[in-house]
Amino acid sequence: MNFSEVFKLSSLLCKFSPDGKYLASCVQYRLVVRDASTLQILQLYTCLDQVQHMEWSADSLFILCAMYKRGLVQVWSLEQPEWHCKIDEGSAGLVASCWSPDGRHILNTTEFHLRITVWSLCTKSVSYIKYPKACLQGITFTRDGRYMALAERRDCKDYVSILVCSDWQLLRHFDTDTQDLAGLEWAPNGCVLAVWDTCLEYKMLLYSLDGRLLSVFCAYEWSLGIKSVAWSPSSQFLAIGSYDGKVRLLNHVTWKMITEFGHPAAVNNPKTVVYKEAKKSPPLALGHLSFPPSRAGACPLTATAESRYEVASVPVSLQTLKPAADRANPRMGVGMLAFSADSYFLATRNDNVPNAIWVWDIQKLRLFVVLEQLSPVRSFQWDPQQPRLALCTGGGKVYLWSPAGCVSVQVPGEGDFLVLSLCWHPSGDSLALLSKDHFCLCFLETKEGTGAAAGLRDGHV
Amino acid sequence: MGDWMTVTEPGLCAESNNISQYTSETKMSPSSLYLQQVLCSSIPLSKNVHSFFSAFCTEENIEQSISYLDQELTTFGFPSLYEEPKSKEAKRELNIVAVLNCMNELLVLQRKNLLAQENVETQNLKLGSDMDHLQSCYAKLKEQLETSRREIIGLQERDRQLQCKNRNLHQLLKNEKDEVQKLQNIIASRATQYNHDMKRKEREYNKLKERLHQLVMNKKDKKIAMDVLNYVGRADGKRGSWRTGKTEARNEDEMYKILLNDYEYRQKQILMENAELKKVLQQMKKEMISLLSPQKKKPREREDESTGTVISDVEEDAGELSRESMWDLSCETVREQLTNSIRKQWRILKSHVEKLDNQVSKVHLEGFNDEDVISRQDHEQETEKLELEIQQCKEMIKTQQQLLQQQFATACDDDTTSLLRDCYLLEEKERLKEEWSLFKEQKKNFERERRSFTEAAIRLGLERKAFEEERASWLKQQFLNMTTFDHQNSENVKLFSAFPGSSDQDNLTVHSRPRQKKLHSVSHGSAICTSKMTKSLPASPTSDFCQTRSYVSEHSSVNVLNITPEEMKPNQVGRECSNQTWSVASRPRSQEGCYSGCSLTYTNSHVEKDDLP
Repeated sequence: MNFSEVFKLSSLLCKFSPDGKYLASCVQYRLVVRDASTLQILQLYTCLDQVQHMEWSADSLFILCAMYKRGLVQVWSLEQPEWHCKIDEGSAGLVASCWSPDGRHILNTTEFHLRITVWSLCTKSVSYIKYPKACLQGITFTRDGRYMALAERRDCKDYVSILVCSDWQLLRHFDTDTQDLAGLEWAPNGCVLAVWDTCLEYKMLLYSLDGRLLSVFCAYEWSLGIKSVAWSPSSQFLAIGSYDGKVRLLNHVTWKMITEFGHPAAVNNPKTVVYKEAKKSPPLALGHLSFPPSRAGACPLTATAESRYEVASVPVSLQTLKPAADRANPRMGVGMLAFSADSYFLATRNDNVPNAIWVWDIQKLRLFVVLEQLSPVRSFQWDPQQPRLALCTGGGKVYLWSPAGCVSVQVPGEGDFLVLSLCWHPSGDSLALLSKDHFCLCFLETKEGTGAAAGLRDGHV
Repeated sequence: MGDWMTVTEPGLCAESNNISQYTSETKMSPSSLYLQQVLCSSIPLSKNVHSFFSAFCTEENIEQSISYLDQELTTFGFPSLYEEPKSKEAKRELNIVAVLNCMNELLVLQRKNLLAQENVETQNLKLGSDMDHLQSCYAKLKEQLETSRREIIGLQERDRQLQCKNRNLHQLLKNEKDEVQKLQNIIASRATQYNHDMKRKEREYNKLKERLHQLVMNKKDKKIAMDVLNYVGRADGKRGSWRTGKTEARNEDEMYKILLNDYEYRQKQILMENAELKKVLQQMKKEMISLLSPQKKKPREREDESTGTVISDVEEDAGELSRESMWDLSCETVREQLTNSIRKQWRILKSHVEKLDNQVSKVHLEGFNDEDVISRQDHEQETEKLELEIQQCKEMIKTQQQLLQQQFATACDDDTTSLLRDCYLLEEKERLKEEWSLFKEQKKNFERERRSFTEAAIRLGLERKAFEEERASWLKQQFLNMTTFDHQNSENVKLFSAFPGSSDQDNLTVHSRPRQKKLHSVSHGSAICTSKMTKSLPASPTSDFCQTRSYVSEHSSVNVLNITPEEMKPNQVGRECSNQTWSVASRPRSQEGCYSGCSLTYTNSHVEKDDLP
């Protein structure tokens, strides 16, 4: 495992291009595009203000930089550096901006969700979509980029519009039986749309592409409901994490629940492996003589203290937080969940056990591994190519899990590099580690590119 | 004195009943008169009773006393004391004899009465004690009654309390339920209120939004614009198309196409899954049939019992070929037949297995216990060995640590040398650290090895057990076949089937194809000998087969044909014949089956069984 040198970054804006060739990162008002393997700067664009959002187009030809404060979006072309495009939403304001799947249209959501403006890069045409609903996940595109589902709110009722992305024609429009729609998501095969209600009610609705209601799922009533939703890449399972600390798996044939994964604080099953991150303790178990710990003197900070994984003997009780019952959005329930690329594993985090990641075996439908960290898990992401999970806890380390085992790696470099977020290269060969104002790349396989990157001298941008 | 009369014996009493009445009437007796007199005169009672009674008759009143006594006695039925008067004027004379008689009678009476009194007294005593006993009993019972009454009261009290509690709890439950209901109602009402308010707010918000929209969008905001250097081509290279009804229809078409594709894909998957399952089912059925077929080909009487099933099975077997093609055609027609047949087969198999299980559990309770222990011993030995190895490794590590410590110590001795050595030491340290990690790795490996070995040992034990069971079941099955097949030779069969597998089995199973014909003829020749021999064999089931074999070879050597022991393979012959009858005998594991088969065919060949199919 090799690490590149550290580069400057702001607002955690660092993204690999979808084709994996480039790496774009933002530093204040500048956009830097590098070669993803050599990390050489290929392009440098200057925006009008500090970039708040940055996104690659699906064909990796354009980059969108949104400056919400100014209501501005700037688009840059990788092929033609002199090409420029600036979209000004004016007094309508801007709260969100994203690419359409074809990479030729930009969807801008104005302030107060008054409308969504669809700007085309090919023609002068501008389309407006009225009544978009202000919710967490109100727009979703099918994986093939043909259709877009949009949550709408009219006359105090929730509607879903399905639009054809090629010409922005309305294909279907139907109302949903929800109190307050919270989100929607296409199945990866693009034929089923999952729509869920606000957390006040546990309700999951499944619609076919042609607007037929396929099924309704409600696990319980009265208490807080759905917190997170994820489709398996095979479209076979829909995992629903809820505030009761459980994940429910629905199947794609009957849309009934297959199983329920509870997240108790005590792990009792002897078949489950519990990896526990432990501070590396100087006295070794075998002998009485201790080797002087090499880094203890150099790094007194706890964030960079040596630690490693230990396999805990199985009746393990995990550290739990007591959620404040009198506050809104309590820290409890399954707030993060993700399937591995091959759909064999599901990683979840229960928010009142923030230090632990549960990894479930979907083939056997049972708990496979629990990783307990020393500090709360900030984010985790599956390798897009193989069952390998990377996670970070806001400390100076990155952690990797695969069915073969578990490893924690200290990010090298002077000063402390606190990993707040990470993202995989589409090939799964490297990993971008993002801290508050720096990022570096972690190369997992020794390749000729790595050496070049390591030897690369690059001025601070 | 009246009392006296009442306690007379019943016989006497009946007699004297009227008499007493009479006496009561004649109250005026001289003695009573006298008594009154005496009492009145208040003579001091210091005189004894005797003297008092002797005072009854005095010199003066002899006559009177006699007459009084006579009167009294006659009233009691005694004869008169006076002689029968000769004449009316003559004075009545006292009859001494009568007096004496009367006296005697009175004495007798007196004695009798005394006796009676005694009896009565004892009876009285007895009754008194009885009374006492009964009284005590009564007291006791009374006490018991009291206690039980108290208990009952206590229990009633408790019951009452519990009922009270229960009522309270019911009340509480009801209250709670009411509370829950109330809370739910509150929640519901609040929710509706909230929803209502939300709606109101949302309407207001929408109005505001609308207004804002008008204000912001209709102002012809110059700022809302896109500034592009030049428009770029579409990603697909095509030009945008006009929106018409056609495009709408095309979109619909495409959508349905996508949906159809998805459904087709899923159907294909389901079909594939179905086909797989069908295949498995078919295979299972075939295997079941093959497994159960030896049972089917049982003696006639068995066949008669289960004629229906066998016939249907035969039909199925016959229709197997046509069936194969039917599989692919449609499931509907075949499904029912298939499931039925599978179910039937399964039932047969299940009952069979259960039967075997029962037998096996009986026979093999003691069988594999010691073997299990052996495997455990093996395992323990191995773990010991591994532990020893680990120990050695630990020691090695320790010595290295010590060496390192020494090095440190020496390094501390001299500053200058330590400075010189520092770099070396660092290097050494690094190296040692590496070694250390290596050793840890090794230790881990050992641990893993140990674990895997224990697992393997356990698996081995299980496998052995399974194998034992299988062997036992085979034995049983074979035995069953034998017994049902040939009743005459049942004792021979038992003898052979009980023979445990030995190392000889391996070379016994070696075949020699070209010799089979010869052997067959040989078997005919030696058949009589073996059949005789088996009868002469000791009946103990542990008889060594080697013995029997040698015995066989001896007998066969009597024949003109000269056969080496290797050629003289009884199981080979047995296989030859039994192949037609049982497919079971051809299974490689069932060497015992071969033995039994051999014995059977030996006997069969000369008996010329008529019940062979």
